[in-house]
Amino acid sequence: MYKILKKRELNPTVTLMEVEAPFVARKAEPGQFIILRVDEEGERIPLTVADFDRERGTVTIIFQIVGGTTERLNHLNEGEYIHDFVGPLGEPSHTAGLHKVAVVGGGVGCAIAYPVAKKLHAQGTEVHAIVGFRNKDLVILEEEFRSASSVLKMMTDDGSYGEKGLVTDALKALIEAGNRYDEVIAIGPVVMMKFVSLLTKQYDIPTVVSMNPIMIDGTGMCGCCRVTVGGKMKFACVDGPDFDGHAVDFDELLKRTATYKEFEKRERELACNLFKKEVK
Amino acid sequence: MPNMSLKKHEMPTQAPDVRNHNFEEVALGYTAETAVEEAQRCLHCKNKPCVGGCPVRIHIPEFIAKVAEGAFEEAYQIIQRSSSLPAVCGRVCPQETQCESKCVRGIKGEPVAIGRLERFVADWHNAHSCDLPVKAEPNGHKVAVVGSGPAGLTCAGDLAKRGYDVTVFEALHLAGGVLTYGIPEFRLPKSIVQKEIDNLKALGVKVDTNMVIGRVLSIDELKEEYGFEAVFIGSGAGLPRFMNIPGESLKSVYSANEFLTRVNLMKAYKEDSRTPVLPARKVCVVGGGNVAMDAARCAKRLGAEEVTIVYRRSEAELPARAEEVEHAKEEGIIFRFLTNPTKITEGENGMVGGMTCIRMELGEPDASGRRRPVAVEGSEFDIECDCVIMALGTSPNPLIKNTTQGLETQKWGGIIADEHGLTSREGVYAGGDAVTGAATVILAMGAGKTAAEAIDGYIQKKN
Repeated sequence: MYKILKKRELNPTVTLMEVEAPFVARKAEPGQFIILRVDEEGERIPLTVADFDRERGTVTIIFQIVGGTTERLNHLNEGEYIHDFVGPLGEPSHTAGLHKVAVVGGGVGCAIAYPVAKKLHAQGTEVHAIVGFRNKDLVILEEEFRSASSVLKMMTDDGSYGEKGLVTDALKALIEAGNRYDEVIAIGPVVMMKFVSLLTKQYDIPTVVSMNPIMIDGTGMCGCCRVTVGGKMKFACVDGPDFDGHAVDFDELLKRTATYKEFEKRERELACNLFKKEVK
Repeated sequence: MPNMSLKKHEMPTQAPDVRNHNFEEVALGYTAETAVEEAQRCLHCKNKPCVGGCPVRIHIPEFIAKVAEGAFEEAYQIIQRSSSLPAVCGRVCPQETQCESKCVRGIKGEPVAIGRLERFVADWHNAHSCDLPVKAEPNGHKVAVVGSGPAGLTCAGDLAKRGYDVTVFEALHLAGGVLTYGIPEFRLPKSIVQKEIDNLKALGVKVDTNMVIGRVLSIDELKEEYGFEAVFIGSGAGLPRFMNIPGESLKSVYSANEFLTRVNLMKAYKEDSRTPVLPARKVCVVGGGNVAMDAARCAKRLGAEEVTIVYRRSEAELPARAEEVEHAKEEGIIFRFLTNPTKITEGENGMVGGMTCIRMELGEPDASGRRRPVAVEGSEFDIECDCVIMALGTSPNPLIKNTTQGLETQKWGGIIADEHGLTSREGVYAGGDAVTGAATVILAMGAGKTAAEAIDGYIQKKN
């Protein structure tokens, strides 16, 4: 059992939790993920490590409420326990030797992009951060990104905060303005990562994307998280989650991640109804 | 006077048309009366050939003699001396190629039903005895076991019985390895696996779940920082293989591991399970091993109208146990032999629409001694299906190999260990599928047992 030490609502659909998990905190690196089960009957879901504190033995996760499990997770409070919490899993993001990097985050993907930006910034890499959200209410981690970058571009789809436009618009402008990046790191919705990769391909800038396919065990056993990269089958849980954005088959991934969409929706409604009953 | 009936007593089972709609156990087990009668078929040969056929050397004639007397608990105590998991082995061991294949009664007629008797004895014990096993006197030495499948559990049990302080590290949230995530409820009820694990815990074995060794802790850390004097690696062969044919990433294509994990470990067959499995009408399972049979029979139970096993060799080469093939056929599973998929075609919405296969014929024997299947040119044809399950075998997970310096492995990933289970690293032992590649529960148990003995010798000598 893993104790929730801190819970904070970042926006109405995104929550941050700091969890006591000393074995995970000991080894966690940016880019890695954990798998959790909310309770004894729970399904296993992967969530990326958003931050960690080795001394205190804590790991921070940030999640968007999309299905039954995240709905249930969001109903746990500080002092309560998550049943299972295993990690760190996956390969850490490669950050060595990078001098200038553009980190692109979209929506809740910013939670994954932030620890990478933080690590790069701390090691002396020049970080340009571009973060995008649908509107002002959904903005998360603005201050964190500001403190981990020398340039921060805030984008919203509707222009209610920062500049109106897509992250690709901002990235293109920065590249056109003469910025030469060793690498672009893009983490967010699959569609966003696809278009960032298409853009950077034109400029021939190496691009790393972080995959978030459906997983069960997270240790290479089930093959559910398979992604086609450069025509070869890779397992995101053990070979990734970071891959070369110019080689990933995004269209296939888009289809596969939608496999259980209907089920997720139903499960979330079910979970919501359960909690409503409890409140009565 | 022994019972000279040429046939062994039949195992009562649920009727095929009933059981292919539920996940309850197929085989119902002998009654006490049947067990006693079957036990009386044993001739008590002087040289006990059956014992030589058992990878963990159970004292078979002795336990059968006790069954014949109706002394079931005493029979259990005899089995338990050699095997840590009798209720499991009585169900999933391929007795027909092991102990029973050596039985003298089998020369003229059928061998004694050793497996069914073992199962009876273990079930009788579990139903009647509340006595927990007695903890051995602690000897003050710590051993780590990586993986809680049959190899790890056996090694842990044998060491605990000798007084070792044993911790088993399991990557998943439940212990049992393949017994828990792989073999379905209707062949091996999970309550039985849990009971065996509880017995080990009563012996003092600690089981730490959610510990992915190689990520959370390395083998070296276990030895150097956590004071384990020896480590046994029984991490199995969990990495699924695919065919590398077009269409394998369509939504309703599963590896057998994924499909079985959803169904067994995550209980997707239950109405209120939070882990989904896609509903399918026509399922094709590719492969011919026990895992393929398990996947096909699960798919049928989940409500598929038609389940077909597609296998590239002929029926004679099927690696699955004869009993499993028989059960699958009775339940209405269709077999297409000498057939190999070349392409999975897309139907609606990114799902499988069908599978193109090619006919095969058997050529010259290959390295495995079996005749090699060769494609018949121009013989492609289509099978309609909306789900494909790939049951093509598995290979060892590279996680431990990649994080343990100096641990030598085969090209295909298997850990290299000598006949005692010792690897290229001092104090590090390995056994089971992690060494041999996918094999049987009992072979893994045998390896766990051998390694436990070697580890005991190693630690005694060192101190």
